Amino acid sequence: MWVYAGHRLLLAIPTLLGASIIVFAMVHLAPGDPIAAVMPAESSQAEIEATKRAYGFDRPLPVQYLVWLGRVAQGDLGRSIATRRPVILDVRDALVNSLVLALSSSGLAFALGIALGLLAAFRQGRALDRIASAVAVVGVSVPHYWAGIILIIVFSVQLNWLPAMGTADGGGPLEYLRHMALPTVALSLIPLGVITRVVRSAALDILNQEFVLALRAKGLAARRVFTHVVKNSAPQIFTVLGLQFGFQLGGSVLVEAVFSWPGTGYLLNLAIFQRDLPVLQGVILVLATFFVLLNLAVDLLQTLVDPRIARH
Amino acid sequence: MAVVTALPHELDPVAGAPRSYWRTVAWRLAHDRTTLAAGTVLTLIVLSAVLAPWLAPYDPNAGSIRLRLAPVGAPAHLLGTDEQGRDMLSRLLWGGRMTLVAALTPVVVGFVLGTGLGVLAGYVGGLANTLVMRTMDIFYAFPAVLLAIAISGALGPGLTNTVISLSIVFVPRVVRVAESATVQVKGLEYIAAARASGAGVGPIMRHHLLANVLGPILVFASTQVSLSIILAAGLSFLGLGVTPPAAEWGLMLNTLRQSIYVNAVVPALPGLAIFVTSMAFNLLSDGLRDAMEIRG
Repeated sequence: MWVYAGHRLLLAIPTLLGASIIVFAMVHLAPGDPIAAVMPAESSQAEIEATKRAYGFDRPLPVQYLVWLGRVAQGDLGRSIATRRPVILDVRDALVNSLVLALSSSGLAFALGIALGLLAAFRQGRALDRIASAVAVVGVSVPHYWAGIILIIVFSVQLNWLPAMGTADGGGPLEYLRHMALPTVALSLIPLGVITRVVRSAALDILNQEFVLALRAKGLAARRVFTHVVKNSAPQIFTVLGLQFGFQLGGSVLVEAVFSWPGTGYLLNLAIFQRDLPVLQGVILVLATFFVLLNLAVDLLQTLVDPRIARH
Repeated sequence: MAVVTALPHELDPVAGAPRSYWRTVAWRLAHDRTTLAAGTVLTLIVLSAVLAPWLAPYDPNAGSIRLRLAPVGAPAHLLGTDEQGRDMLSRLLWGGRMTLVAALTPVVVGFVLGTGLGVLAGYVGGLANTLVMRTMDIFYAFPAVLLAIAISGALGPGLTNTVISLSIVFVPRVVRVAESATVQVKGLEYIAAARASGAGVGPIMRHHLLANVLGPILVFASTQVSLSIILAAGLSFLGLGVTPPAAEWGLMLNTLRQSIYVNAVVPALPGLAIFVTSMAFNLLSDGLRDAMEIRG
């Protein structure tokens, strides 16, 4: 168990380093000279060279990477080109808003998806099972940014029940919740589809095993059989929940753009619009780190729930 | 899924089950109503995209300000007009071309490169395998949307850049599937038997390995098409894909977004097109997987 945990931890380090290389490389993927883009058009060649030296762009790439990584490790993600503010401050504020949305939409999707998936497995082939299958297909097929626009059209424009934009600055907790409602629903669609599908097939796998037949044969109450099935399919369900939560954090970009929700996605959207590479890099690096650590945590927790995994 | 896969003998006991694997697959597909419906819808969408220059009643980029946001069913404009008075039907037809090219190319690139790299890594094993697979793991540090935005955001907008960034999303995914399928098949006894009977690496790869791993990889690639459509349209929605005034579903959705207070139906149409296409691809790949009896 501890050996496995240590091994898994060690594996996360090269992944994180690799992710940081990709993020670092983004500046050099960008067309044009990164320095020329921020310098006034009338700057002389000497001025450009001086700025290059000041930013360390005259040094070899591996050295530039290590210097950059050293700064990042100390929490310095550089400054935004557009606002001159330290990127880390913007990312921190945005991350809180994104986490709130990721938690609420995951909560909604997990509850509905698990319930629907289990019900479908136990009512295989009946109407409820078909509804669950439809939910699963629609959930993974629907462009969630479009679903967000539809929600705005119906609940904000037509019915005028819920606000369409932002977080209601200073409007109190109730206003905040009202602003959360539509983006939460839009964001929950994909995980709802995926979870319904995985839970259904995981539960069916267990239901088809012989021990369930034996439990039924010995006359165990349906409710107790249900508990056995849930317990045994839990590890598989657990994995998908962890993964989906991670996707929620990184995948909210488009939905946040639709609702102008001031999270990491909105920040990314703004950075794309202004071609603000430091912000783009900072947000992506922070989100990727979160995602890797979350996957690690899920893996480790899973070995606690199901010790068989560590032996593989 | 809601797909009822009846076994051949259940429906047609007299004629007997088809003999070969591919015949069985074709037989099952032909008797699966959901998959057939999805296939028909897809054929229509692809045809309308291919034939857009002949089907579109108007120039997709020509509009008149006087005709802005005409409702669906307006005279001479079946699906209304957009915020610049351009005919929606024409733009949806042309937009489908762009969206399909932007979404399908990366999956094809991912399938070809991913299969090559994955099969090679799986067959050779050892250090080469570790090297390839660890590199692929790095790309898994990002959720798909984020990776696509990271690369597109750095490269800048444009169709080519969208295709490049989405290909980088899909290659590692296919490599993983191809590698694990190859490792599995490689361990089977018939490969050892082929090797023992003196078959070279080339023939073993072609006849024994590829023939058995291509099916699962193809099915996996087909499941990625709908994701690719949503991502490709999503990138243009963020302003990272096709540049205006070109018609593309995600871009149309974005520019029409401001008009929902004037006309609620027309702005929803491009998204509906994305949704229907992506769902049809999902249903088709589900049917394919069931028919080919591939799990996962």
